[in-house]
Amino acid sequence: MAVAHPTFRYIERDGTRVLEASGTWTVFSIRPLRRRRARASAPASQPKPGVIDVTRVERLDTAGILELLDLAGGGEGVELRAKDKAQADLFGVVRANEVATPPEPAVNWLTRWLGEIGHSLVDLYRQIVALCAFFGETLVVLAGAFLQPKRFRPSAIVQQMYEVWIKALAIVAVLCFLIGVVIAYQGVQQLRQFGAETFTVEAVGISIFRELGVLLTAIIVAGRSGSAFTAQLGTMQVNQEIDAMRTIGLNPIEWLVLPRIFALVISMPLLVFWGDLAGLLGGAVACTIYLDFTFVQFFARLRDTVGIWSFYTGLIKAPVFGMIIAAVGCFEGLQVRGSAESVGLLTTRSVVESIFSVIVLDAIFSIIFLLAGV
Amino acid sequence: MAEGGQLVDHRDGRDIVVKLRDVRTQFGDHVIHDKLDFDLFRGEVVGLVGGSGSGKSVLLRTIIGLNPARRGQIEILGINRRGLHGKAEHDLQAHTGVQFQDGALFSSLTVAENIMVPIREHAGLDEEAMRRIAALKIAMVGLPPDTGEKKPSELSGGMRKRASLARALALDPELLFLDEPTAGLDPIGASHYDELVRGLQRSLGLSVLMVTHDLDSLNAICDRIAVLLDKRVVAGTMDELLAYDHPWVREYFHGPRGRAAARQEHKAASDGK
Repeated sequence: MAVAHPTFRYIERDGTRVLEASGTWTVFSIRPLRRRRARASAPASQPKPGVIDVTRVERLDTAGILELLDLAGGGEGVELRAKDKAQADLFGVVRANEVATPPEPAVNWLTRWLGEIGHSLVDLYRQIVALCAFFGETLVVLAGAFLQPKRFRPSAIVQQMYEVWIKALAIVAVLCFLIGVVIAYQGVQQLRQFGAETFTVEAVGISIFRELGVLLTAIIVAGRSGSAFTAQLGTMQVNQEIDAMRTIGLNPIEWLVLPRIFALVISMPLLVFWGDLAGLLGGAVACTIYLDFTFVQFFARLRDTVGIWSFYTGLIKAPVFGMIIAAVGCFEGLQVRGSAESVGLLTTRSVVESIFSVIVLDAIFSIIFLLAGV
Repeated sequence: MAEGGQLVDHRDGRDIVVKLRDVRTQFGDHVIHDKLDFDLFRGEVVGLVGGSGSGKSVLLRTIIGLNPARRGQIEILGINRRGLHGKAEHDLQAHTGVQFQDGALFSSLTVAENIMVPIREHAGLDEEAMRRIAALKIAMVGLPPDTGEKKPSELSGGMRKRASLARALALDPELLFLDEPTAGLDPIGASHYDELVRGLQRSLGLSVLMVTHDLDSLNAICDRIAVLLDKRVVAGTMDELLAYDHPWVREYFHGPRGRAAARQEHKAASDGK
């Protein structure tokens, strides 16, 4: 579309200053004009015109009128000469709705920086308070459920277990198997330098049992089930389903949160056991390839050298991690407010927070086991 | 029947800004529209009505290019819409504005930034000019000035509709499409919204096609009404449609709600005299 450039000039007519515009004054055509005006650094201080004459303007829209009024130094006390009623009406609309846009408040970078820190601290504080409230409510509901066991909702728990346990079996097995292979391979490479490559069996057994089996499983579960909890509850929050539950007299903690927490607390040890098996299998396969071990030799050595407590320490952590992942996932889901955008935001946050808490807890467990001497 | 699905010709020598001829849309084997003709003339407001599932929204989406037609001719502002792509389509989009039913505002941006998106994309103005235009549009649709800094999630449903209208008007389009603009508003809010659309349409010289179910809106601001009947459009003024003999049309306009809306209109007309 060929566009005639917007042009303007100031003329004297009958003793008044007139801003005479011509060409096309639309949102698509005023860009070059604005560039020219921006380049002319110090705008020549023109006396304010008394009249804006747009009779020679071919096309005019609201953006063009805003620009003309800006050129004229504001719309007050300025008369208009328009070609027709449509132009005059358009001017009327713009003038009636013109608001003084306040300039962006200039904020000192230090002030803004301090302000942001303050905001995030207050947010953190609120988050902690809300988390405590959530845990408190969950415990109260849990206590109530122990008094009235039928409130445990076994069917919901079983359904959730299908999602978080059965459906996760394949991925947990594959990943743990591969990690077992990798550790065995690295162990053989490093220990061979001391002629101690048979200790690879201990390396694989202890690392899988104590740390990797349970950590890897927890990270997978946080990624696929924790995020799903947040997304499910968040979507229900957006659709006002949770509000609807409250009005019917159903407690969302009892109906939505407790089954999920129970499902994960039960499923995590089962998944960890399964992951341990797969990891050991991976280690055994790698040892048969790199060390000329047979499966029987591998597992016999494992039985003789790796104590049963290595296995227990890993398994003790599993339900705790499961509880933390489920609780964080459900908590963030219930934090969703307003739009679908916040579902995505909080899902991300839920995964990050649950993995973070799992690793912090793992460190605490290490200290406890060290002090307990197991 | 006159050209463009009209009962009586109302063209009066005006430009045709939306011209549909022999349009067919279908999903799989399910034909939604067939041999559909429709004209929208410059400077008029047309309300598009039809029963549930008659394909009102599909027709709107077909016109604005979100849903491909299987057959026929779709001309918008004299440009053939079908097969249009690249720069030609981009240019055409600068001259049409669409308000979706629930606003469809970008939730990660503030209202002012939402209005600035089409301006930045099509006109490439500087930040200051865009802010000024956004503030003007916000005032034009009757929102308080501080709305500009708010996120869509902080607005009420009615305010979101107005904000969405402001975004649709960002580039002063010639052609405005509204999808159920008054659905979900209370009667007072709806009638204010109708007045707003009518006022803006007059002063900006817009051509408006609105999908609506609101009989009061049809009465108050629509010059003509297009009814989707048996996969085709029948268009006419309220009086022509009141006299049109078709079971759905009769039930729609002569049902209790239709009668109440018509009564009010008569009352308003006689009060005005």
